[in-house]
Amino acid sequence: MAKKMHDTPMLDQLESGPWPSFVTGLKRLAKDKDYMVDLMGQLETSYRTKKGYWKGGTVGVFGYGGGVIPRFTELKDENDKPVFPDAAEFHTLRVQPPAGMHYNTEVLRKMCDIWERHGSGLIAFHGQSGDIMFQGAKTDKVQDAFDELNELGFDLGGAGPAVRTSMSCVGAARCEQSCYDEAKAHRQVINTFLDDIHRPALPYKFKFKFSGCPNDCMNSIQRSDMAVIGTWRDNMRTDEGLARKWFDAHGMNELVNNVISRCPTKTILLKEVKDVAQGPTISSVKISDSHALEIDNSNCVRCMHCVNVMTGALAKGTDTGATILIGGKRTLKIGDLMGTVVVPFLPLKTEEDYEALVELGQKVIDFFAENALEHERTGEMIERIGLVNFLEGIGVDIDPNMVATPRTNPYVRMDGWDDEVARINAKKTA
Amino acid sequence: MATMRTPIESGVPDNRPYLHPALLKNYGNWRYHDRPRPGVLHHVSHSGDEVWSVRAGTQRQMDVYTIRKLCDIADTYAEGHVRFTIRSNIEFMVSDPAKVDPLIGALTEAGFPVGGTGNSVSMIAHTQGWLHCDIPGTDASGAVKALMDDLYTEFIKEDMPNRVHLSTSCCEINCGGQADIAIIVQHTKPPKINHDLVANVCERPAVVARCPVAAIRPALVNGKPSLEVDEKKCICCGACYPPCPPMQINDPEYSKLAIWVGGKNSNARGKPTFMKMVASGLPNNPPRWPEVSEIVKKILYTYKEDARSWERIADWVERIGWPRFFEKCDLPFTKYLIDDWRGSRANLNASTHIRF
Ligand code: HEM
Ligand code: SF4
Ligand code: SF4
Ligand code: SF4
Ligand code: SF4
Repeated sequence: MAKKMHDTPMLDQLESGPWPSFVTGLKRLAKDKDYMVDLMGQLETSYRTKKGYWKGGTVGVFGYGGGVIPRFTELKDENDKPVFPDAAEFHTLRVQPPAGMHYNTEVLRKMCDIWERHGSGLIAFHGQSGDIMFQGAKTDKVQDAFDELNELGFDLGGAGPAVRTSMSCVGAARCEQSCYDEAKAHRQVINTFLDDIHRPALPYKFKFKFSGCPNDCMNSIQRSDMAVIGTWRDNMRTDEGLARKWFDAHGMNELVNNVISRCPTKTILLKEVKDVAQGPTISSVKISDSHALEIDNSNCVRCMHCVNVMTGALAKGTDTGATILIGGKRTLKIGDLMGTVVVPFLPLKTEEDYEALVELGQKVIDFFAENALEHERTGEMIERIGLVNFLEGIGVDIDPNMVATPRTNPYVRMDGWDDEVARINAKKTA
Repeated sequence: MATMRTPIESGVPDNRPYLHPALLKNYGNWRYHDRPRPGVLHHVSHSGDEVWSVRAGTQRQMDVYTIRKLCDIADTYAEGHVRFTIRSNIEFMVSDPAKVDPLIGALTEAGFPVGGTGNSVSMIAHTQGWLHCDIPGTDASGAVKALMDDLYTEFIKEDMPNRVHLSTSCCEINCGGQADIAIIVQHTKPPKINHDLVANVCERPAVVARCPVAAIRPALVNGKPSLEVDEKKCICCGACYPPCPPMQINDPEYSKLAIWVGGKNSNARGKPTFMKMVASGLPNNPPRWPEVSEIVKKILYTYKEDARSWERIADWVERIGWPRFFEKCDLPFTKYLIDDWRGSRANLNASTHIRF
């Protein structure tokens, strides 16, 4: 039986306006949950005082060391009693989503029933790391909720110094730009590290993310320690029917100003049909009876722009795989870092290819576990020890694609130079 | 109390049982797509199959009634399958084009805006805030609701020069991430230390190690082991607060909001870019944060007016230059916006490339 609602004049204001309101949802839950009545009381207090009132603690499920985010109220009266006692505990379960975040209504309804029985009834699809966040359960309900979700086929995600929950884009399921099977890679890699997800023991968090192409819809380059970004290395494919259709609809100005001149490497040329070059790296497509596009694939950096604008008319090649970049993260402690290329191209076609990806992930995690300082992300570790030491540690050969430019300062010992030159030349001729 | 039960460590669930049948059938075999109207994607497979995806905005923190409502709509019009996007939009897949309009009608009637595709302003990626985090300087769901109310028409239309992604974060940790426009809490005063609690609550060496500028030292205060902060060095990042809550960094008055622009994850055209700070010192003003909305809208509509098609905010600023960006958006460029952190010289202008 729900108790009387607290006055929430500030939250009430968030019920007006056209966007769906989470406050309306909270109120609906509060109709039959004292828990949510008091949650709204505390949230309103935060809005009034501009202060947060949750603190962490330790709550978990049997067998796991992480995955539950405990929250206890700090909003106490003069006798140290919670001001909103029914919501004194408000723990969240981080639960790993299916690759690509696909669901059917049957499973969503079951999740709702479980969370209505054991938790607050408030669910976030999804957190910024991809977890389904079942928000708000009391300590003595956490295990029950987890057990039922677990039996439904779902598992806790990561928290703390652990491998974290991952995300993959919609990719192959519905996107023509997809360059590998994102869901397969996601499952195969992450499921290798379940122990590192469930029992936090790394120096700090470690995130994988999977995007099917350089559009990087999963923001993996800036937001993951190991970004797997799909790409291809053969020639772009073309489709004359779709190219002509695009040109008829958009015309010459758009073609010149929005496709040709926006190519970052100035690779696309507009030519008269009779002048179009032929060759092993050339792709071309007629846009009309008189004109065609010519692309020299050896200068295309697979940026995706032209492929995005003229979808289908220009398309990725068939020799597909991924570029692996390591070390992306946000500010703390040394500033923002993008991932750095460590494998320019890893084919992702056969079972062995996917195993090679898992193996690479394993090497990176092992090296990170052994060499990072406590609370140091992979990108910071690489900055401290240098990329070359990291590459040697994981057994990856250097490649000029790993740098924006070669070094600009001379402060380095070069006495191993001749041996390195000999080694690299020997490798080339081998 | 529950009985001890060993977990089934199943990890990432297989998505095949959840995929819409048309997606399962054409997995990895898509040919191209177009957008018949805002909020609708139309994908065509090499097999000739077609699928329409209708995208709608949600409040992300959803109660079970809202989710069940969305399920009812999916059962009636979309063969019982949905997916969520990284920005918490929901997508309904339909293989019969005749169902698209009724589906849009049902979503709209239930209060879920249809849009977020192509050159729209999509739903704001956001964090947890006062609802659930233990270190927030502000709220997340509320700030996003307030801003999306203002940007509603930009969600349901595709009127921007290119797509626009926004994010909000309730502390400098910035779980919300990189975006074309990001709103992030910034602390402007060093932490206030409750020395009575430090010894009991904080692992002191771990806290000292967190500080990016080595401003924290162990100290004896009133005869008890505690910590002290060199306030001149402190950059108010708040990193000491999570491991040591007695070092309170949030302040109802001095925790302010800052605005950043030009972050881009995609490799399309230019390489990915980080976002840059362009405004600061905005008041933390619930429940609707009007001062923040005003500047976000000013930047957004200046971009809309001035950018050429396909220019993301980062591309637009690259073309017009930062001095003109500040001029056009009517924002003061102050000395605080000149980077002095590690690697900062890379952000200075080492050329005579200047626009007059
Ligand atoms: C101490 C309390 C913290 C809390 C309660 C917290 C909470 C969260 C939550 C709920 C998410 C979304 C999780 C998910 O989707 O599964 C998240 C993501 C994130 N957190 Fe935190 N966080 C904390 C500390 C930190 C710290 C210390 C950092 C970095 C220095 C950090 C950086 C991030 C980043 C970058 C993301 C987004 C990651 C992504 O996009 O994958 N957080 N955080
Ligand atoms: S990252 Fe590429 S493959 Fe994946 S959904 Fe985005 S555009 Fe498609
Ligand atoms: S994908 Fe290649 S050809 Fe197309 S715009 Fe990018 S670099 Fe140019
Ligand atoms: S941005 Fe900061 S306050 Fe907000 S959820 Fe992330 S860690 Fe918590
Ligand atoms: S707020 Fe940041 S800079 Fe200031 S003392 Fe704490 S960790 Fe150091």
